[in-house]
Amino acid sequence: MGNHSDGSPNHSGTVATAGQHEVEKFQDPGIPPHRLRLADTDPKAAKRAERQVAVLFATSVIGTVIFLVAYFAIDLGDDSSIATIRLQNALLGIGTAFAMLGIGTGIVHWAKALMPDHEVSEERHAIRTEDDRQAAVRIVDDIVEETGIKRRPLIRNTLLGAVALAPLPAIAIFGDLGPRPDDKLAHTMWAPQDGKLKRLTRDPDGTPIKASDVTIGSAFHVIPEGLNELHEGKLNEKAKAVVLLMRLDPASLNPSAGRENWGYNGIVAYSKICTHVGCPVALYEQQTHHLLCPCHQSTFDLTQECKVIFGPASRPLPQLPIAVDDEGYLVATSDFKEPVGPSYWERDEHERSINS
Amino acid sequence: MSAASTAEAPAYVANTKVGRFTDFVDERVGGSGILREFGRKVFPDHWSFMFGEVALYSFVILLMSGTFLTFFFDPSMAETHYAGSYTPLKNVEMSVAYSSSLDISFDVRGGLFMRQVHHWAALLFVASVAVHMLRVFFTGAFRKPREMNWVVGGVLLILAMAAGFTGYSLPDDLLSGNGLRIIDGVIKSIPVIGTYISFFLFGGEFPGTVIISRLYTLHILLVPALILLMIVVHLFMVVVHKHTQYPGPGRNDRNVVGYPLGPVYAAKAGGFFFIVFGVIALMAAFFTINPIWNYGPYDPSPVSAGTQPDWYIGWVDGALRLMPGVIGDFHFEYIIFGHVLTLNVLLPALVPAGLVFTVLFMYPWIERWITKDNREHHVLDRPRNAPTRTAIGMAGFTFYCVMWAAASSDLIATHFHVALNDVTYWLRALFFIGPVIAFVVTKRVALALQRKDREIALHGRETGRIVRLPHGEFIEVHAPLDEYKRYKLVGFESPAPLPAEPNEHGVVTRKENRRAKLSRWFFEDRVAPATPAELEASHGHHEAVEAGEGQKTLSH
Repeated sequence: MGNHSDGSPNHSGTVATAGQHEVEKFQDPGIPPHRLRLADTDPKAAKRAERQVAVLFATSVIGTVIFLVAYFAIDLGDDSSIATIRLQNALLGIGTAFAMLGIGTGIVHWAKALMPDHEVSEERHAIRTEDDRQAAVRIVDDIVEETGIKRRPLIRNTLLGAVALAPLPAIAIFGDLGPRPDDKLAHTMWAPQDGKLKRLTRDPDGTPIKASDVTIGSAFHVIPEGLNELHEGKLNEKAKAVVLLMRLDPASLNPSAGRENWGYNGIVAYSKICTHVGCPVALYEQQTHHLLCPCHQSTFDLTQECKVIFGPASRPLPQLPIAVDDEGYLVATSDFKEPVGPSYWERDEHERSINS
Repeated sequence: MSAASTAEAPAYVANTKVGRFTDFVDERVGGSGILREFGRKVFPDHWSFMFGEVALYSFVILLMSGTFLTFFFDPSMAETHYAGSYTPLKNVEMSVAYSSSLDISFDVRGGLFMRQVHHWAALLFVASVAVHMLRVFFTGAFRKPREMNWVVGGVLLILAMAAGFTGYSLPDDLLSGNGLRIIDGVIKSIPVIGTYISFFLFGGEFPGTVIISRLYTLHILLVPALILLMIVVHLFMVVVHKHTQYPGPGRNDRNVVGYPLGPVYAAKAGGFFFIVFGVIALMAAFFTINPIWNYGPYDPSPVSAGTQPDWYIGWVDGALRLMPGVIGDFHFEYIIFGHVLTLNVLLPALVPAGLVFTVLFMYPWIERWITKDNREHHVLDRPRNAPTRTAIGMAGFTFYCVMWAAASSDLIATHFHVALNDVTYWLRALFFIGPVIAFVVTKRVALALQRKDREIALHGRETGRIVRLPHGEFIEVHAPLDEYKRYKLVGFESPAPLPAEPNEHGVVTRKENRRAKLSRWFFEDRVAPATPAELEASHGHHEAVEAGEGQKTLSH
């Protein structure tokens, strides 16, 4: 390879040229001579290709039969097992595949082996002729001229104004797609109702949780009392109210000022809705006391009031203040002190109004 | 009078049955002009031209399988108790949409098959559109006169993703519900109007009771209608422009070399539809996709680990994962004038996708501005012969792939037994340096390939035969190329940087200077095609060898 250098070895950089001036180029030798296929010269080969195409088409017929047999012969019945469905699915698929591939490969083989394979050259035509272009320009000019829009700016400007405003109703008419947000995102079901504190209950069956049930290291998925009895908007409420309940050694919790009474004997409750984009923060690492969101891996440290220690979330998970009622059941002493879930434009406003 | 004479004129009678039928139709609707134009229209052939066909055919399959599914699917979010034949979910409370999706899977014969055909075809549709666009980019097929068709293609890619996402959400299972939850979170991060858009989209608070039926309307009416419209425009422009062709002997910007539409090309392309359908049917038969019965109905509380969106949404999801919410003590969410600006969601959701699509849509005009090339191009570039463009494309592709990989960061961590956080840190670094590395490496590889082409064009291909000459020197015999193969290696343009030119006032504007700088960056590293003179010179160099070896080793 060494002395097969291209261009002048004195050139620096990676420019490899024969010289500054574009020297003459290789002439286009034209379309390469056509090479005959076996089937073009040998009638036997052509006959063989013909048979192969026919066999492929016949395979397609077999595929169609497989499909029909699988469809009618396999009875799903009322208590069809998943195995039966898988079998039928596989056979329907195989049948369709054979039916389609038989036709497809047959036609392609036919085209490749038996149809004329001469490459031909066709002239490209200009997309437009100069004549047309000039005529078109003239027509456009005439049209504009006859409207007189250039000479009458008043018409032009009022028209522009009207056209600019006309789409507004088309946007406004979608106004009833949904209600105004108001402060709906700021409140959850945890707010005490008629002075009665809501109990923390298990997700999904709704049985209340006693403080004594919550051992150190355990975690509960929690919904508010009464959620399952809702007739309307159950999922909407659940999407805001779900909570994770965990018990740690009280010494490892470091509550900040004002939050000392939000837990009970090391039992703390945090919103399960990620502050990033709202996935449920469903994974609790018992050893490290970290909560992990499986969607985008935001990680929250339970011992630092669910501060973000990794991932795309920017805010800690909101804490639900809890206590124990007369019967020893865990209750929420109030609603969350801030809106739960992903951030939104009015969020700070809502947080301030909750706390005032 | 003229009508009478036409009626009495001796009518043309076709000789064959097919001919008579064609004539019958022609006399009534006058299709002969169209047939004359298209019947023998020449189409160039190359395997890489199939991606667009795959896209078109998978769309047809989507329409057919999708229509079947609409007969059984009910997009209602009303609550119901499952009463179908899948026992593990018996009596479970769920939406009608989910229940009817289960019915399609378990109680409609062939329903599961059609669902899987539909889903696989959708994945293939977006994939083939994307690969088709890569082909068009790397071969320079977007150049004049095809810039507008490139834009239509970009719109089709966005519509394909929209069709995919709206469809993905319809079964109302746990996985798709979490996908919607993420979309809701992203929408809420939009300043000023985000909360309103979220409430309007979901008809109130998330998840509400209307989102599935709204997405259904978009999925089966609006989006496919737009896709169909765009496909028509796209194909119309293909007809107007005629197809591009790869460079080679006998091919230039003034002609089109290939097979006539009828019969060869039509047969190949038509047959290919059945092959695409067959392959999708095979996938639907053997590879389970989106087993919604395993996920259960949507519930805002549970989520399974290792969840991933369909592949084409992955890059946006990955960008969401890569963005840190907090660096040190700096929070990316902050409050301005009492309002929340949550950049940790807004930036990754908008910026990378915005960047990719802006560059994608504008690229034909950017390159045209830099090169001042206003000629029509119908012969494609081999990617190596446009090293800087190829390098830009690979940089963009790498940028995309890093984000795409990030959408699987948790799966990468569990499969390769590495720390999840480390995977994210590495991908964050690659997000910035990956495209740069890809650019440099690709450009060098392209230039090296061009040098190799020169080498082969001038000295022939290595035969692997080592010969000892009478005076003792060992050489490897190179077989010269025939002129057709050589032309393929030398028949390309290698533009030099275009220095800044003064405008009509004799002034070199600042913009023109910038253009000149970009032009230098684009073309300063280049390899010129070999010339006949060089070939002559290289023959002289080898005269002794060829004289010694004689004709037999070098002829073939």
